[in-house]
Amino acid sequence: MAELTASPVTSRRWRKPPLIRNPWLRWGLLIGALIYLAVAISSVPVDDARIARGLERGGRMISSFLRPDFASRWYDIQIGVLESLTMTVVSTVAGVLLSVPVGLGAARNLVSAPIYLACRSIITISRTFQEVVIAIVFVVMFGFGPLAGVCTLAFATIGFMAKLLAEDIEEIDPAPLEAIRATGAGWLKTVTYAVMPQVSARLVGLSVYRFDINLRESAIVGIVGAGGIGSTLQTTFNRYDYDVAAAILLIIIVLVMTTELVSGHIRRRLQ
Amino acid sequence: MLRIEKLVKQYPTGDRALRGVDLMVPEGEVVALIGPSGAGKSTLIRCVNRLVEPTSGKIWLRDTEITALSARRLRQVRRRIGMIFQEYALVERLTVMENVLSGRLGYVNFWQSWFRRFPQHDVDQAFALLERVGLSDFVDKRADELSGGQRQRVGIARALIQSPDMLLVDEPTASLDPKTSRQIMRLITELARERGLAVIINIHDVPLAQLFVKRIVGLRAGEIVYDGPPEGLTPERLTDIYGEEDWGAGQAVAGADSAQEMDPEPSPIFAASTSNA
Repeated sequence: MAELTASPVTSRRWRKPPLIRNPWLRWGLLIGALIYLAVAISSVPVDDARIARGLERGGRMISSFLRPDFASRWYDIQIGVLESLTMTVVSTVAGVLLSVPVGLGAARNLVSAPIYLACRSIITISRTFQEVVIAIVFVVMFGFGPLAGVCTLAFATIGFMAKLLAEDIEEIDPAPLEAIRATGAGWLKTVTYAVMPQVSARLVGLSVYRFDINLRESAIVGIVGAGGIGSTLQTTFNRYDYDVAAAILLIIIVLVMTTELVSGHIRRRLQ
Repeated sequence: MLRIEKLVKQYPTGDRALRGVDLMVPEGEVVALIGPSGAGKSTLIRCVNRLVEPTSGKIWLRDTEITALSARRLRQVRRRIGMIFQEYALVERLTVMENVLSGRLGYVNFWQSWFRRFPQHDVDQAFALLERVGLSDFVDKRADELSGGQRQRVGIARALIQSPDMLLVDEPTASLDPKTSRQIMRLITELARERGLAVIINIHDVPLAQLFVKRIVGLRAGEIVYDGPPEGLTPERLTDIYGEEDWGAGQAVAGADSAQEMDPEPSPIFAASTSNA
């Protein structure tokens, strides 16, 4: 106590200690980073004439976007939208059905190490590649059209759903699991009674969310030829029909917003 | 009924939870297993139905050597061993009836369990048990709508519908208020007597155990250090089990405990709040 009351005359300075203690290293890294940034920016080729032409084209594009044309290719648009919705429904249902066994197998608290590793690697493969890359592979395998799109989306759904499902299963309350095992129930019955009730609401929520993602992705994968509204969109761009493209984009926006609203509502109700 | 010989459990971490336990529980006898946290009580009862795999030693239920069974035969034997848990271990999103019927999972086939098409005999028995534990009006309520005491009653019904030969009971009252604790202990010991079950109850509350049980086994650091009647638990014996403490002062606390039970205000509110936590 005596020391505390005696000391306030001389005030000690304090500063936040620097992240890197060595000043040479600290300033060297900072200056180095700035030089690299300057060099990197100057290395990007900027063609003024090309930008000017592009701006003009962009202006034309925007002005036709302001006058969307729903009528002249309405039939194609209709077919594209229906195809996209079909792809979304089929791929979501198939993907979810396939993801449940994979997700169960990828939960460490339910299975032995070999099964766990096998299921985890399926998930990793599915999640490594972006939908567009997978779509290109499937288009090469099955040709242009919605089949390639459905396979792509179903495959991507497995990775997404199985990973989140497995994480949920790993976090369930272990006590009921133990209790059901103690009754003499085997693996399948234990999963049915102790695991599924704890994750089913979340499974439904995730499926609805994935439906929403698949609809958006169905427009993207169409651009590489995997069917749906994306293919229709791609065709209009190739023909410079920007007014039709605008109509398609508006329809996609409305569709995605609607499913997002509905899926959000359903997921809130489930909680 | 149950015979345990030189049971040892060493966890992969190196902890020796059990160091050669020998224990016999004859038919119809209720044994309270007491001891400090970490003494191996929980491990011991989980070794009996091999939820925890023992390292060495033998366990016999009647003529069956549990420790030598294949996975398939083990599941058949588990049907004859009911288990009751500290935090009830009910499946909260299932109804009371589904939770009780889940005790029959070892007897029905997968599709019967999937579609909840249990044999009529099982359903009759479930209704009878729910009546016995006083939950007839809660059949289709979801388990998470019940208070702590009610949940434990469901847990008891689930264990009994297995038509077990013995019960393993893990801290049945640890999450309950004093009054409900006594009711649950009374229910378990009564049902055990009615059905002639061998019972092992892990319990922290020594005065409660002394009140309801004729034989007490004290476990310390994985070894049995006391096995005898409740009256034999002198302060010296308690020190053997739990370590140095002023056990006379503990008696005063026990007195305060029963005074709390005299409180005219019933305590399910307390039970509900602990179970929600």
